[in-house]
Amino acid sequence: MAENNLTINKLKEKFPNSILGEGTFRGESTVTVPKEEIVQICKFLHSDPDLQYHLLTDLCGLDRLPEVPRFEVVYHLCSIKNHQRIRLRVKVGEDEFISSVESIWKSANWYEREAFDLFGILFKNHPDLRRILLWDGFEGHPLRKDYPTQGPDFDKPFVPEV
Amino acid sequence: MGIETYLEKTPFLPAVDYIVNWGRKYSVWPVTFGLACCALEMMVTHISWDIGRFGSEAFRPTPRQADMMIVAGTVTKKMAPMIKRIYEQMPEPKWVIAFGACACSGGVFQTYSVVQGVDQIVPVDFYIPGCPPKPEALLAAWVKLQKKIEGETLADRKDVRGSLEMKG
Repeated sequence: MAENNLTINKLKEKFPNSILGEGTFRGESTVTVPKEEIVQICKFLHSDPDLQYHLLTDLCGLDRLPEVPRFEVVYHLCSIKNHQRIRLRVKVGEDEFISSVESIWKSANWYEREAFDLFGILFKNHPDLRRILLWDGFEGHPLRKDYPTQGPDFDKPFVPEV
Repeated sequence: MGIETYLEKTPFLPAVDYIVNWGRKYSVWPVTFGLACCALEMMVTHISWDIGRFGSEAFRPTPRQADMMIVAGTVTKKMAPMIKRIYEQMPEPKWVIAFGACACSGGVFQTYSVVQGVDQIVPVDFYIPGCPPKPEALLAAWVKLQKKIEGETLADRKDVRGSLEMKG
């Protein structure tokens, strides 16, 4: 806990106006930050000698449909040096761009492609933003809440392009 | 098309059929190819249930040496072009077994990403239901396939191109 407070204290010190919210659940801290500053905050968490969040454990999308802005991007960071984890949440609207963190953690490349594929969240400065799980030519983003569970035309005959 | 066209006009066809089918039915070589959890049942049929008793112990790593494809597992729409290509790379004569509920009909995966039955993309000879089917079920299909091969004649294999095109 103390270490995590160090992370949050350092963040508050460095970005006093950017901590929109914070919370703790079972000893894991979550910080909500604005999408304009996500790259600066991630760079700081990655490069600060006391924090050294060198591992991006996960990056995922979230659809809270009735809310505006609609999407959230969640960054799960791990500091191998301190054995600490922190979670960043960023709210993104539909058809809005959020900056890619691929320049900081290479593993973000495929995570962001997955979020784009399944939610349609658009990432700026991503080197290769195309579908990763579904095939080229698929229409729609199936993990969105307004997408039908079975999908349209799921039982129509399928003709693969060989 | 080939020698079959001339064999048909001679009285030797039944004798040639008998010999050729005898050779074919005891050397049905499957292509090494699994898609999901059903593939494990296919492997255990290979090893513990000793599919070599039926002359099929040689799982070929390339479709060009294989006679038979066991579609074991969920066929996703992303994987479907590769399955179709593997099927088309196999030389004639060739047979397909849909192994498991997913390969037969899509199974529980009634979603946008899963092909609702592999018979939409390749012609299937035998369907084995189950989730997953027991190895005995695969052996039963194997024996039935050997029976089916016994009944085939070389004259039926004249139109190889035609059998590649899907009907309907």
